[in-house]
Amino acid sequence: MEKTPEQTYVTIIRPKKLFSIRDITELWKYKELMYFFTWRDLKVRYKQTFIGIVWAIIQPFITMVVFSVFFGGLAKMPSDGVPYPIFVYVGLLFWQFFSSALGDTSNCLVANQSVITKVYFPRLILPISSVFTKLVDFAVATLMLVVLMFYYGYVPHISGLLILPLLLFITFMASVGLGLVLASINVKYRDVRYALPFFIQIMLFLTPVIYPASIAGKYSFILALNPMTGVIQNARAALLGTAPINWLLILISFIATFVIMIIGVYFFKKTERFFADIV
Amino acid sequence: MSNPIIEIKNIGKKYNITHQRGGYVTLRETIMNVLKSPLSFLKAKTKEEFWALKDISLNIQKGEVIGIIGKNGSGKSTLLKILSQITPPTTGEITLRGKIRSLLEVGTGFHPELTGRENIFLNGAILGMTKKEVVKKFNEIVEFSGIDKFLDTPVKYYSSGMYVRLAFSVAAHMESDILIVDEVLAVGDAEFQKKCLGKMKEMSTEAGRTIILVSHNMTAIEQMCSRVVLLEKGRATKIGPTIEIVNEYLDKFLEFGDGEITLTKKPGVDISFSKISITNEKNVITNNINYKENFYINLELDVFKETKDVDLGIYFKNSLNTDLVFSCLSDKSNGQLKTFKPGRYNFKVEFSGGFLMQGIYSIKISVHNPGILTIDSRDDVISFSILPPSGRPASRGGAGCVSIPNRWI
Repeated sequence: MEKTPEQTYVTIIRPKKLFSIRDITELWKYKELMYFFTWRDLKVRYKQTFIGIVWAIIQPFITMVVFSVFFGGLAKMPSDGVPYPIFVYVGLLFWQFFSSALGDTSNCLVANQSVITKVYFPRLILPISSVFTKLVDFAVATLMLVVLMFYYGYVPHISGLLILPLLLFITFMASVGLGLVLASINVKYRDVRYALPFFIQIMLFLTPVIYPASIAGKYSFILALNPMTGVIQNARAALLGTAPINWLLILISFIATFVIMIIGVYFFKKTERFFADIV
Repeated sequence: MSNPIIEIKNIGKKYNITHQRGGYVTLRETIMNVLKSPLSFLKAKTKEEFWALKDISLNIQKGEVIGIIGKNGSGKSTLLKILSQITPPTTGEITLRGKIRSLLEVGTGFHPELTGRENIFLNGAILGMTKKEVVKKFNEIVEFSGIDKFLDTPVKYYSSGMYVRLAFSVAAHMESDILIVDEVLAVGDAEFQKKCLGKMKEMSTEAGRTIILVSHNMTAIEQMCSRVVLLEKGRATKIGPTIEIVNEYLDKFLEFGDGEITLTKKPGVDISFSKISITNEKNVITNNINYKENFYINLELDVFKETKDVDLGIYFKNSLNTDLVFSCLSDKSNGQLKTFKPGRYNFKVEFSGGFLMQGIYSIKISVHNPGILTIDSRDDVISFSILPPSGRPASRGGAGCVSIPNRWI
């Protein structure tokens, strides 16, 4: 039956409930705007730079070189029997995706304040599109990994490649989830801007990026609570064959991410009501 | 009659004043407050409540153009923000039966680094258009804006006029059943404002769109709207036909204006205005002037140092900020400029009634060495209104600002 326009778009505005199924269907409805925000961020970011998207490779690459010299070369950090540069690069790849996404999401509401106070759209779009922007950087940085793997003669297992999307998904959700919490706090307390770089630095040492998780011995279960531990460990297992894939660790990461996500959405929805009034 | 396209029921919006203080608080402050008085923090805080809006109820039919007027802080913007879902109401419910788009600002989300073409797509998406829609209307948008030559130039290089034109063109091509517009007319030059008004009028009459318009510009409200809501301190005190409500508002509004204003000296000037007032024929200070009545502008001037070749000017502007009339001291002496010795001077300038049409006017005064130096100049120093002529319809929107003596032969 043909619908009249009146039936098609009925909007009811009420005092906001915490969460409703409408939020999810709405996200889907606004997917195009999400795409445009991502597109804008990428375009703007590289428009004023000289070497543009190459930065996405340079950052993890230089970090890898420095870490290889100091941790791999001088400190003789164990690396599960894999050449240290490629070992640390896999870790950095995921870690930088996570940490840079966190930086962007935590700031997304404040940065888009002029839009938030003038137009309606589901606010969840903003943090998600920030993470998508970083996903593009991740994809570019992966090219360097391919080069490294070729150079060191590593061939990933097919089954290993299949698990990568899952790991990427966990990283994605973890950064969105934690980003939501930080973004909501940042609206009210701008302290986040100062605390975050510090927090990320500490976290780098609590995640097996520059060292293998085995180094922590019997305390490694604490590391496992950090979802990035499971991701990085298994990325190495899948790509470099350092160990068999640890499904338990993936499950733990998945659950931890899920919990972070719930807390994040709850926090975000709770503050969403007065974003526009206080940003 | 079918259901109203917009149904507003008992809408209220409460703010807690504590949240408003200083924009945002730091974590330290919150922590310190908890440490200082943990008990009072746990107890329900004694927040001061402020209702920005209270008990607003209104039904709007399809195709109506509704104006919302009120002084600053009366809750107009809050109401629009609730209608556009930017902030949720505290109480009540609104049902919107149609696709709704709001235009609280032209060029929302424009990015200076992006080109005109890119910004059309981005802004379109932000305003709720699909990419397909934008592609379909792209040529129309570009044509309307008249900036086709600069389409691939980043908008940061645009003049502010070009920027606004492009932004409005995108907005003007959104498709919606309900359009919410806030003070958009306040930007741009008079010509642009006219174009905006024209486009909106076209939308309502030809496309049958429902429009809610907030403006301080009574001329625009009178031209566009069939009904007007007057907001006062968060309540809709009057809802009714445009002319009636606008006149009532103007009367009220002008009570607050002053017919005499004392001016403070700016540091370092040799000559300064010290007082300006408007008087009517009975020599009463007022800023409500009857249409046919002569009125006087009285200036008081302090001269601190002897100054040569001085002229005084009075400029009239209408509510669209367009300069209308200019008069200067040297008119009296055939262009001869005057030398002022230190002391206080008073000037009285007579203006004949029947020249300025009904409306609100604002005055700018200046004292200067013509072509060389402005000594003291005060913009919008005082405003006054010409009341509607008796025996004519109360509102004569569109009849212009000035009437010149003329004869039908």
